[in-house]
Amino acid sequence: MNRVLKATLIAAGLMSNSMVAYAACGISGGKVNIIGNEFPAIQTIGAAAVACAGDGVEVTTNLTKEHKELQVPGLSGDPAEYTVAIVANSSIVPLMNEGLIRPLDDLIAKHGGNFNDNQKISIGGQTMAIGFMANAQHMVYRKDILEQAGIEPPKTYEEVLAAAAMIKEKGLMKYPFGAAFAAGWGIAQEFNNMFLGMGGDFFKEGSAMPNINNEKGVAALNMMKSLTEHMNPDFLTLNNNEINAEWKAGNVAIMQMWGSRAGPLLAGEDSAPGVADNTVLAYPLTVGGGDIPATTLWWDGFTIAQNISDEDAEASYLAMVNAIDPSIMNDEVATQAVWMIEGYEPTPASAGVFATIAAGAKPYPMIPYESLLHTALGAELPDFFSGNESAEKTLSDVEAAYETAAKEKGFL
Amino acid sequence: MLLFIFLPIVSVVMQSMHIDHEQVFVEVENCDFFGCKKATMVDADATAELKKEQPLGRFVGLSNYINRAHLATSEVADAWRNKDSLGDFYDRVYNLPLYRAIIFTLVYTFTVTPLLIILGFLIAIAVNSLHQRLKGLVIFFSLLPMIVTPLVGSLILFWMIDSRGIIGHSLQMLFDDPDLSLKASTSLTWITLMVYGVWHSAPFAFVIFYAGLQTLPQDTLESAMIDGASRWERIRYVVIPHLTPLVTFVALIQLMDNFRVFEPIVGFNASAHATSLSSIIYTDLGGESQLLSSASTTSVLTILGVIILLSPVLYRTWRDWERKV
Repeated sequence: MNRVLKATLIAAGLMSNSMVAYAACGISGGKVNIIGNEFPAIQTIGAAAVACAGDGVEVTTNLTKEHKELQVPGLSGDPAEYTVAIVANSSIVPLMNEGLIRPLDDLIAKHGGNFNDNQKISIGGQTMAIGFMANAQHMVYRKDILEQAGIEPPKTYEEVLAAAAMIKEKGLMKYPFGAAFAAGWGIAQEFNNMFLGMGGDFFKEGSAMPNINNEKGVAALNMMKSLTEHMNPDFLTLNNNEINAEWKAGNVAIMQMWGSRAGPLLAGEDSAPGVADNTVLAYPLTVGGGDIPATTLWWDGFTIAQNISDEDAEASYLAMVNAIDPSIMNDEVATQAVWMIEGYEPTPASAGVFATIAAGAKPYPMIPYESLLHTALGAELPDFFSGNESAEKTLSDVEAAYETAAKEKGFL
Repeated sequence: MLLFIFLPIVSVVMQSMHIDHEQVFVEVENCDFFGCKKATMVDADATAELKKEQPLGRFVGLSNYINRAHLATSEVADAWRNKDSLGDFYDRVYNLPLYRAIIFTLVYTFTVTPLLIILGFLIAIAVNSLHQRLKGLVIFFSLLPMIVTPLVGSLILFWMIDSRGIIGHSLQMLFDDPDLSLKASTSLTWITLMVYGVWHSAPFAFVIFYAGLQTLPQDTLESAMIDGASRWERIRYVVIPHLTPLVTFVALIQLMDNFRVFEPIVGFNASAHATSLSSIIYTDLGGESQLLSSASTTSVLTILGVIILLSPVLYRTWRDWERKV
C-alpha cells in the first residue's frame, strides 16, 4: 500500500515536473487565437506563435486576406473570438474606434520582452501595439528588360509611362506595367498613393469633410488611367497575388508592389527562368514633379484584445513576444520583410522599403474616418476606368458616397 | 416562424432606422517607427458612454432609406430635372449604387430564369429519350454544375475565361482579337455572369422536369401517337401542359434564388462591372468600418423586392387553391 502511494506520488511529481518543463514560452495556460494577414512574413510570425502551444496552452491562427473584415466582429464578442490581432497602421484604427484592444503597458512591465523601445506603437501615451516590421509599396523592375529596351530605371511615373511605351515598341512585352488595380481596397490604395504623391490632403483641415475632388485628385486619376494602357486589360480584377503571378511568368517589367510580397520573388520559386535573377526591388516613384513619394509607409504589429480574460491576455502576449523574438531570424525569414527586430540585417529584399523610408514617404494616415473614404474610393473609382465617366464626376461620387457613410457612422 | 423569420426581420428593420452616435474625438500624439505626430482619434470611453444611454444609436426614421446609398430620392429628382434625354436620366440613375445593383439584379433574374427553365426542359426531354443504361450516368454528369459549390464553380470559370486561360485564349483566337478580354468590359462580364447562372441552375430545373416526365400519362401519349401526332406535337400538347405546374414551381424558386445573386460576383471578382443587392450588402459589411445600418436598409429593401417579385406567382397559386376549395 505504502509503495503504491509512493509510486503514485513520484509519478504525479514527474508529471507535474514534465508539465512545467514542456509549457513552452513561459505560458502557464490559456487560449491564444490570432487573426492576421496572409503574406509570408505574417505566416512566419503565426507559425512561431503556434510553436508555443503545449500542455494547457492552445494556440491557433487564422491568417487570411479577409482579416480586415473579420477583426472587428472577431474582437467584439465578450469573450472575444480572437485574442490577438496582427494589424497595420490602417487596421488598428477601427479596433481603437470601438475600444476593442487593450493597452500593453501592464503586460510589458510584468513580462518584459526581447524587443526595442522603438517597436512600441503608442497612441495617446499608451502602448497599444508592438510593431515588428515596416512595409511599403514601391517600384520593382526587371533589369534585363530595361537593358534590352535601352532605358534607365524610371524615377517618376511619367518616366514609367515612357519606359512602358518603349518596351512595348520594342516588342519585348505586351503589358509591361503591373499594379494591384482590382476594384475595392487595391485600386483605392493606388489612388491614395498617387494622390499623396501629387501633394494632396484627404480631408479638409481639422474636419472629416473629404478633400479629394480637386485638381490633385483629377491629376492622380488621369495618371492612373494612363498607366492602365500599359497593363493587362483585366486590371480591375487583378490583386497583389495575381500581379505577382504575372511577374513570375515574366509578363511584367515594372510593377508597384509591397516590399513584403516582392521580397519572396527573389527566391525564384515557380518563376520563369531569368525572372528572379533580374528582379530588382528599387525605390518609390514620384509623380507630377512632386518630391513626396507616391506611396505610403506601413508598420505591422500585434495587438491584444480587450474583451478576454487576463490569463488569455498574458498567454497571448507571451506567445506573441516569443514569435517576434530575434531568435526567429534566419536567411529565409530575413528576406520576407523589413523587420524591426534586433539582429536583422538588411537584404536586397529590403532595399525598396528602406529607400521609401529614406525618401520621406508619408505613413498611411491613422484617422478614424480614413477607412470609410478608402471603401468609398474602392466602390466608386472602377466607374472611371471601365466607363466614360469623367474624373471630376467620379471624385464627386466618391465624396458623396463617403459623406453618406460618414454620417451613418457619426463622423459628420 | 416567429423566432427565425419574424424576429430577425424586426431587428433588421429597427437597425435600418438608426445610425451610430456622434463620435467624440480627442487629439492625441501617436508614435511609431516613423516618428510621432498629432492625430485625431475616437474617444472610445466617451463613445461607449453614449452607447450605454442609447444602445441602438440615434433614431433617424426613414432617412437611411432615402439617402444616396439607397433610394436616393433627392438625387433621382435632380437627375429627372436636369436630364437631357431619357438615356441621360438612365445614366444618372445607374450611377447611384442601389439602382445600379437593382438593375443588374433584375436583368440577371429575368434573363437567367427563363433560359434555365428552357435549358432544363430540353435536357430533361433529351435524357428521358436515352437508353435506360445510359440514363444514370448522364443524369449524374448533368447534375454536376449544381453539386459544385457556387464559389468554386465560379472560380474555376474565372480562371478559364482569363485572357491567358483556356476559354479566354480560345475566344481570342476565334474572334482573331488578341485584346479581347471577358473581364474588362461591362457587357461581356454581365454575359459571363448570366451564362454561369444558367449553367449553375439548369440542373435544378432538369431534375424537377425529369421527375415530372416519369409521371406522364402513357395512355394519353399513346392515343396522341395513334392520332398521328408528331414528336413536336406530343411535346407541345401533352408534355408541356402536364409540366406547367412544375414550371410555376421552378420559376418561383429560381426567381428567389437569382434575385439573391451573389457568389458569381465574388468568384468572378466582378464588382467593378456588376453589383447585386446581396453584393452591396456584403460591401457594406466588408470594409474595415462596417456600415450595419446601411446593410440593414438594403436588406429590408431586398425583402420588399422579393415580395413584389413573387406576388404575381403567389397570387396565382392562391387563386388556384381558392378555386379548388
